[in-house]
Amino acid sequence: MAAVPAAGGVARGRGVTSFQRKAAAGSRLAAVAGTRPSVRHGQLLLSSGLPSLDCVLGGGVAVGTLLLIEEDKYGLYSNLLYKYFLAEGVVCGHDLFVASAKEHPDNILKELPAPLLDDTHRNELGEEATAVKSEDFQDSMKIAWRYQNLPKMEASPTTSTKFGHYYDVSKTMSPELFQSIKCHSFYLPEELSLQAKMKTCNMNSAYTRLLESIHRIIYQEGFDGSDPQKKQKNILRIGIQSLGSMLWGDDICSSDTPEDVHSLTKFLYVLRGLLRKSLSACIITVPAHLIQNKAIMERVTNLSDTVVGLESFIGSERETNPLYKDYHGLVHVHQIPRLNSLICDVSDTKDLAFRLKRKLFTIETVLIEGSNTKDVFHFNLAKEQMNIALLSN
Amino acid sequence: MFAELNELLDASPQRPERGKFTLLRDTRTDGSFLVHHFLSFYLRAGCKVCFVALLQSFSHYNIVAQKLGISLTAAKERGQLVFLEGLKSCLDLLFAEEEEQSGHPSPLQFISESTSNLKALFDFVRTSLTPADSDSWKGPVLLVDDLSVLLSLGAAPVAVLDFIHYCRVVVCSQLKGNIVVLVHSNEDSEDEENELVVNSLCHHSDLILWVEGLATGFCKDVHGQIKIIRRVSLELTAEQDLVQIYQYKIQDKNVTFFARGLSAAVL
Repeated sequence: MAAVPAAGGVARGRGVTSFQRKAAAGSRLAAVAGTRPSVRHGQLLLSSGLPSLDCVLGGGVAVGTLLLIEEDKYGLYSNLLYKYFLAEGVVCGHDLFVASAKEHPDNILKELPAPLLDDTHRNELGEEATAVKSEDFQDSMKIAWRYQNLPKMEASPTTSTKFGHYYDVSKTMSPELFQSIKCHSFYLPEELSLQAKMKTCNMNSAYTRLLESIHRIIYQEGFDGSDPQKKQKNILRIGIQSLGSMLWGDDICSSDTPEDVHSLTKFLYVLRGLLRKSLSACIITVPAHLIQNKAIMERVTNLSDTVVGLESFIGSERETNPLYKDYHGLVHVHQIPRLNSLICDVSDTKDLAFRLKRKLFTIETVLIEGSNTKDVFHFNLAKEQMNIALLSN
Repeated sequence: MFAELNELLDASPQRPERGKFTLLRDTRTDGSFLVHHFLSFYLRAGCKVCFVALLQSFSHYNIVAQKLGISLTAAKERGQLVFLEGLKSCLDLLFAEEEEQSGHPSPLQFISESTSNLKALFDFVRTSLTPADSDSWKGPVLLVDDLSVLLSLGAAPVAVLDFIHYCRVVVCSQLKGNIVVLVHSNEDSEDEENELVVNSLCHHSDLILWVEGLATGFCKDVHGQIKIIRRVSLELTAEQDLVQIYQYKIQDKNVTFFARGLSAAVL
């Protein structure tokens, strides 16, 4: 007799497994347009506007974190990344906060690249991609075997359209797309005349004003999530251009022993606090090559979440190097944040380069081909063997 | 809490040592996994912990602690854990309305003052670790995640060293508790202030755990190497410091340690 209820218990136990989808939590997270939860740490991710960069950064930029871009020498490509980040916000319907001391934010917004949403564009690019593929096929015998099993970075616009879009750098975004978007702008020369209310904390006045402005928008527009919003939740994308440059009134770029060493790091710390408490993500470009004092960059990196450096080949001897003939520069991923976990998503390949095609800007793994394939291949093999030898010592 | 690290350090939460100063130092890699280890270790051991978390938010530490089998929220409610969330109290300090401020100074008061004086932070540590009559926790523990942040926030190196010295006197000597501090150090970075702090802390530590990224660069299966330095020389015997070197790999909920060159991927 006792066996019957026990069997029932087992059956019930089977029915209620622990493998249940957290439907409620999932749907709540997915409610914000243009985001997806991370597999690793459950944090909401945004696209940086460049799917190949998202891939390298472990899926995207997490909400509440800071993406720091070290500018290339002439700021050409870092500016593109900056615009991609904002353009992605426009396409996803996020609110924008554009801060600059150089260009007027309105002009920056006017020059955002046009998204490739139509099928015609896709076909066009599809043709381009297939052309490239056939070329690849012909070259396939030349490519060293060690590259064959490498994961391909998503470089062609065929996959998901909801998260991460592709942009045509040759066209600017049509003004209709902006109509539903809330843009907050911060142009330093205009703001300096206003009176600051915040405590100055021995911080550069430009930074104080910028923080005050970000704080005001986060709390006024309800991005802090403290009062439950009636309307749809949205993300604030913050973009700050050339932070730390002379135009922000900072002397870290102009002097070896700057008087004001702590302004930038203090700013980043407070900004980190603001971001962590709100539904927002921030991109900052910093002219790192101008900062002579290495200690400052070390501290800045420590206070940022994701740090990516761009090194363009313009004016460097690598421009004519046959190794890099297909690329316009190198990408250095300096730091990937550890969020809610002990480990971080590091991509397996560290040799990354970017290239600016006619319309698309992409980040790819450096593939070495051409006349000196053999030498390079042997060099790499020797390097790997050396690594193993050193490891085993 | 990583069982393998406990074995290497010959420590166990059943019998935590008293009066020790442990320095966690990381170079070219992130040593925060050690902070998570010591946080869960001392909470398991039943010590009263004051955690000065300057770098990350509470939820980050809480989620990682949950993976290691500890709930920080529960520990806070029990009164076992006093958590100072630097990012939050910094915002409170900067954006608070003048009239709202109570007489109680913020622990991070030094940010808004011209003199970099960490007295408020020290007072916070002292009041939170001084045992009341009612609680029955074992020795108090001070844990600091990233002392280097204090330098970034404008504190002078001497002020940081003073702060640590005062804490040692109160926590290690008077209350017979432990201090665990994380610092970044990178000889290449030319950060003289930071090097000054790191070097002088090294001289005073009873135990140094020095985590370094591999000199040969990134590796998927070996995340870095850890140097465990036991400062036997501090006890004024004529012996040398004991140094052990291991390599480690961080996994989702655990860290494995192995002798150099003996990672599972190489064997």
